[in-house]
Amino acid sequence: MDWVTIISTTVKAAVGVETVLYALAAIGINVHFGYTGLLNFGQAAFMAVAGYGLAVTVTVLGLPFWVGIGVGLLAAVLLAIILGIPTLRLRADYLAIVTIAAAEIIRLIFRSVAFKNVFGGSDGQRGFSDGFYALNPFPEGDYGFGWFTFNNRVTWVLFVGWILIALSCLIVYLLMKSPWGRVLKAIREDEDAVRALGKNVFSYKMQSLILGGVIGALGGFIYGLAFASVQPDIFGTETTFFAYTIVILGGAARVLGPVVGSMIFWVLLVLVNGILSGAVEAGYLPFMAPTQVGPVRFLLVGIGLILLLVYRPQGIFGDKREIAIDAR
Amino acid sequence: MRRAVIAFTAFLSGLVLLLTAPAQAATADQGLRGTLTFQGQPVNGVKIVVTTESGQPVAQVTTNAQGTWQVPVEKAGRYKVTLDVATLPKNAAVRGGNNVRTPTVYEGNMSTVLFALQPKGAPGQPAEEAGGEGSFWTQAAQLAFEGLNLGLIIALAALGLSLIYGTTGLTNFAHGELVTLGAILAYAFNVGVGLHLIPAAVIAVILAGGLGYAQDRFFWGALRKRGTGTIAMMIISIGVALFLRYVFLIFFGGQNEAFAQYTAQPGIEIGPISAAPKNFVAMGIELLVLIVVGVALLRTRTGKAARAVADNPALASSSGINVDRVIRIIWTMGGAIAALAGIMLGLSQNLKYTMGQDILLLIFAGVTLGGLGTAFGALVGSLIVGLFIQLSTLWVPPELKSVGALAVLIIVLLFRPQGILGRRERIG
Repeated sequence: MDWVTIISTTVKAAVGVETVLYALAAIGINVHFGYTGLLNFGQAAFMAVAGYGLAVTVTVLGLPFWVGIGVGLLAAVLLAIILGIPTLRLRADYLAIVTIAAAEIIRLIFRSVAFKNVFGGSDGQRGFSDGFYALNPFPEGDYGFGWFTFNNRVTWVLFVGWILIALSCLIVYLLMKSPWGRVLKAIREDEDAVRALGKNVFSYKMQSLILGGVIGALGGFIYGLAFASVQPDIFGTETTFFAYTIVILGGAARVLGPVVGSMIFWVLLVLVNGILSGAVEAGYLPFMAPTQVGPVRFLLVGIGLILLLVYRPQGIFGDKREIAIDAR
Repeated sequence: MRRAVIAFTAFLSGLVLLLTAPAQAATADQGLRGTLTFQGQPVNGVKIVVTTESGQPVAQVTTNAQGTWQVPVEKAGRYKVTLDVATLPKNAAVRGGNNVRTPTVYEGNMSTVLFALQPKGAPGQPAEEAGGEGSFWTQAAQLAFEGLNLGLIIALAALGLSLIYGTTGLTNFAHGELVTLGAILAYAFNVGVGLHLIPAAVIAVILAGGLGYAQDRFFWGALRKRGTGTIAMMIISIGVALFLRYVFLIFFGGQNEAFAQYTAQPGIEIGPISAAPKNFVAMGIELLVLIVVGVALLRTRTGKAARAVADNPALASSSGINVDRVIRIIWTMGGAIAALAGIMLGLSQNLKYTMGQDILLLIFAGVTLGGLGTAFGALVGSLIVGLFIQLSTLWVPPELKSVGALAVLIIVLLFRPQGILGRRERIG
């Protein structure tokens, strides 16, 4: 087995594109689930409308890159409002079912043949990222040190991505320290008590949904720009579930929990993949086919999620008293 | 065992190819293939002509009993595939009316060529002179029949989900995987072991019931004893769903499969409805099971206890009902009928490791429509969802049919969150 390659790809995964985009999605979920107690299972839809908002604006309408970003963000805000009005009054499990259904509706529409001219069907859209790479200040070449070496395009994506993560974390930190954030946490603990104090719970929940959705939308942009394309099936329910696993792994209701969670999640995933494929290639695992390596690591994600919630629901950094996992 | 089956079929198809095209030295690792199905049934004996882009003939094949056809080609590139419309069943037509495809074959790849078939006179087929009032109603009747079939399958799965929710408060996102489990177990005994589908299905249902029991005895029951919150359990069920789904993928693979029996049945026509006999039998079985379960819930002691626990576990417990025993019975029964739903689904469509996941949201839609936690609400809701999905294809493209059902789910929650048969307090 080629340990150097395995370890170097694993180390690279700690800051890689997947880590960045899942960290952003997870920070959004942390605002919803960790701080407000909203069980939003439709985070993938926020990423999807943002990615597609950008893609369709640039490719189909032929408008500049920044307009696309604006359209994507607006789409995420609109989605939050449309999704929030019927659902935010519902109990947690109903909210989960409705948001997951809404996310599937959006995915099915994006991949439908009927709208192929606009959304590109199951192939998705491509060719909208030139405006982003035109802004790239890094000239042609490789950047970084040691194993953390990326070409100039990836470096630019990661540079922007980590700035967005830092900004999102800063915003979340400042907001959750503010009176506004304390109301959110109070809603998570006891909605009726907050209502009794004269706060408009619905409005606070809606603001939380919009904020978390917009942060998730940034993850959608990063996906579209890094891979220079968007496909509908990337934004399926499993994306949301992986982001939840990340939030719970890092620790819900902690500012840096989702970021660390995402780094650990992808490092483990890449490491398991590297070791298993290496072992299969070297013939140590004669009962496994190379195509079975992918499923095995996601199977482990499932087991990991179960074990985390059973034995350590607060994750690495969390506080057990702050996790909204009891029904109200 | 499955590998042996695949190897054997590959050997057979290789033999057939050698016989039909002895002059061709092409390896079967690149080429064109496709599957023709009509109303869920494979279509046998349709002539497919493959030529190069410039019109040089390559091969001419007919679909086999599974509705599949395959043409190996020597060079990568664009090919022209023509479906001979005259060899289609007389009530079928190619959707969109265009019977020529020009797919590209890549080096070392099999390209799949899609010909979607639909009943003659269906929307989306411009070159059709019929299409009057009569054909609309014929089609509506046909779709209503298919919708009823789907609704009954959803109802089987929904009943268990709803009762488990009612008794334990668990919104089980892994219920779709219980559906898949039934289908895959039946497939294992049917194709792997070589049993006829009927005994294989019986064994699969019994096994799935046992696994349902074990799941509650060793997993969910233990979690309840630990005092795990319902939301934590819901997220755990997502973990269980991911785990099971990828276990299926590892052992079953990512391809579509069909049971060994009843795959290619010629359709029979009853009034405006045409369907394979197996669909009528399947619907009969589904109805029978639903009626038996319904009567058991209404008449037997255990059934009454189950409804009591679903209504109010604490009160049921204090009036002397053994809540744990009731929950275990519900898990056993829920697992068994979800497995039956999976087998029926595999019979009317194909088997795939995501088949349960794909209908999970429809099950949720049915359950929510009827009222979460009520047994009969789940039945009514599921039937409405099934009918709605199929009938909506009269107006919307079939690929978007689930969108309508999910939209209805959201609208119901907006105006009557407790569902049709639920009570107001359930939204909490």
